[in-house]
Amino acid sequence: MSVNASWYLTLAAVLFTIGAVGLLVRRNVLVMFMCVELMLNAANLTFVTFARTLNDIGGQSEVFFVLVVAAAEVVVGLGIIVAIFRRRVGATADDIHNLKG
Amino acid sequence: MLRAAFLIPLFPFLGFLVLVPFGRRLGNPLAGWLATIMVACSFLTTIVVFAGLFRLAPDHRLYVQTWYSWISVDRFRVNADLLIDPLSMTMAAFVTGVSALIHLYSIGYMEHDEQFAKFFLYMNLFVSSMLILVLSGNFLLTFLGWEGVGVCSYFLISFWFSRPSAASAGKKAMIYNRIGDAGFLVAMFLIFERTGSLEYQTVFARLSHVGTPSLTAIALLLFLGAVGKSAQLPLYPWLADAMEGPTPVSALIHAATMVTAGVYLMCRINPILFRAPDAAHVIAIVGAATALLGATIACAQDDIKKILAYSTISQLGYMFLAAGIGAYTAAIFLMLTHAFYKALLFLGAGSVIHAMNDEQDTKRFGALRRAMPITAVTFLIGWLAIGGVPVLAGFWSKGDVLMNAWKNNSGLYIVGAVTAVLTAYYLGRAYMLTFTGQQRWVEARQSGGPQLHPHDPRWVMSVPLVVLAGLSVVAGLINLPFSHWDLLARWLTPVVGAHMFHPHFTTAQQWYFALADLLFAALGVAVAVSLWRGTAERPAAEPTVLRRAWYIDWAYDRLLARGSTELAEVTALDVETRTIDGAVNGVGALFRSSARVLRKVQTGYVRNYALGLMAGLVLVLAYVVSRTV
Repeated sequence: MSVNASWYLTLAAVLFTIGAVGLLVRRNVLVMFMCVELMLNAANLTFVTFARTLNDIGGQSEVFFVLVVAAAEVVVGLGIIVAIFRRRVGATADDIHNLKG
Repeated sequence: MLRAAFLIPLFPFLGFLVLVPFGRRLGNPLAGWLATIMVACSFLTTIVVFAGLFRLAPDHRLYVQTWYSWISVDRFRVNADLLIDPLSMTMAAFVTGVSALIHLYSIGYMEHDEQFAKFFLYMNLFVSSMLILVLSGNFLLTFLGWEGVGVCSYFLISFWFSRPSAASAGKKAMIYNRIGDAGFLVAMFLIFERTGSLEYQTVFARLSHVGTPSLTAIALLLFLGAVGKSAQLPLYPWLADAMEGPTPVSALIHAATMVTAGVYLMCRINPILFRAPDAAHVIAIVGAATALLGATIACAQDDIKKILAYSTISQLGYMFLAAGIGAYTAAIFLMLTHAFYKALLFLGAGSVIHAMNDEQDTKRFGALRRAMPITAVTFLIGWLAIGGVPVLAGFWSKGDVLMNAWKNNSGLYIVGAVTAVLTAYYLGRAYMLTFTGQQRWVEARQSGGPQLHPHDPRWVMSVPLVVLAGLSVVAGLINLPFSHWDLLARWLTPVVGAHMFHPHFTTAQQWYFALADLLFAALGVAVAVSLWRGTAERPAAEPTVLRRAWYIDWAYDRLLARGSTELAEVTALDVETRTIDGAVNGVGALFRSSARVLRKVQTGYVRNYALGLMAGLVLVLAYVVSRTV
């Protein structure tokens, strides 16, 4: 049974939804961070799928940019998380609301 | 020799430039000597240029020295140029001469002042501006000098600015002059619009293309400028207050030179006045009215400088009377002689004030003749000269004006004659109160004040007194009313001759006029001596209405100053705080209150922001999908 493009797209949609819901419902910063990664990779998967389907290398090369940016973002984000861990116990996002208006 | 003309205003300006950074270091008296020498150099240069001009044939006595193109915008071209002609050189000669003497006097007068160098810095700047005013070849450069002398006058009136009266007197002079200067400015606009030039020579050559109404407007607007600068009705009260300045300033700026700038301007524009007889008539009437008004007020003042100030206003009125009837030579002649004897009287008053420890009230002087013989004698000469006693300078110059006035309009003559009697009277009163009678200063000072030992000032102050007294005696020689002796009239002919009022008198008539002048002078002197010999209290001769200067200053204060102050208060409260500030504060309050609501959006919870992002994403997606379906 050949796996056609719609499977990949469905998988990507499922991954994206898991990531989005996870981001919204979890309170742990580290987990929220992983959810963001999940969403990014869901987007990557759609890029690759369409690159295969449309026979266009553009989608695959776009993925490299996303990976690079994601890696950079991980560096900054993890740095912030480490800084937070140093100052307080635990990393519950709701405890960090100093910018409340 | 004419080429040296640019040095005339440059020397005092150099003095100014040196004194600005180094004045304090040069100190007392070196700064004063530097300033004096600069003005003296200017005087010597003037003599050289004067001689150069004199050697030319009368019709060729005109030399324009162009420094550079000052403003050049399309058709509007103004050069920085000097106009060397008999009129400007006559002015320059007496301005520099009298200035040099008064600078010398100031070295003595200001010797105890802490701001010695600053005083001379302003004085030098003043002389430079005055010379630019006089020598300029166009209206705009004249205006530059005009404003320059105005600002120096302001600085020097307010020289002792820690005294509130001096500070407000300076402001008063500035504000009154602004009114006049507005007239001068509008006149320049009109001149340029009608003739396309501001150069005197070009403007005068093109006058035949300009209609009489325009010329009348131009003449009256320029006269408005002159009224402000020369303290004529209705803009005269500032000059009386200007006496708050140091006495040498009063002598130089508010008697001898700056205030005569208006008369000079009227003589300079004689071709315009010739074509605008109505304007000339207004000038003569205003001049006559001011002459009489100033003289009446001077009769009842106690402050010696106030007497001289109102006398100056009166004499300036006399000059405008002469200029208005077209007797330009008489106006310049009176201006010259007046510069000598009025500067003399002011400097004499300064010596007395100095000796009396800054007291200015004539009622507290008395019997100073023995203690201060040089001052007394020179003041006496000044009084007799201004009073028109033969054969002193004032006799000839005032007689010249009166004779011309008679031929023009007998009403003007009568006003002039009454003024002449009053002039001899009020200065006689000042002399008698100051130098004769009881030693009233002894009793005034016995109540705790310092003991006074009045004496004549040192040589730097007495030399100018003696020189000016000498000039007040002999200055009449430059324009005697005999054929071949009217030197000034013939000298000025190339400038004013074509548009002058030329009355003819027989020798007998001239003798009658001379006799009448003698009578006026004798009457004034006799009344003054008989009324004020041995007494200082004659309330009947000093009616309150005259002591209060006809209540004119009071009326201005009530009608104009109070009204504008109240208007300013209303606008400060209602317009400024309520309307303008209200609008500004209202905008601020609006943003404050809206922000108070909107800030609730910033909860500080990451999940809320994430939800917002998601919602936005959904909205964008929904929009895209709805478009494609």
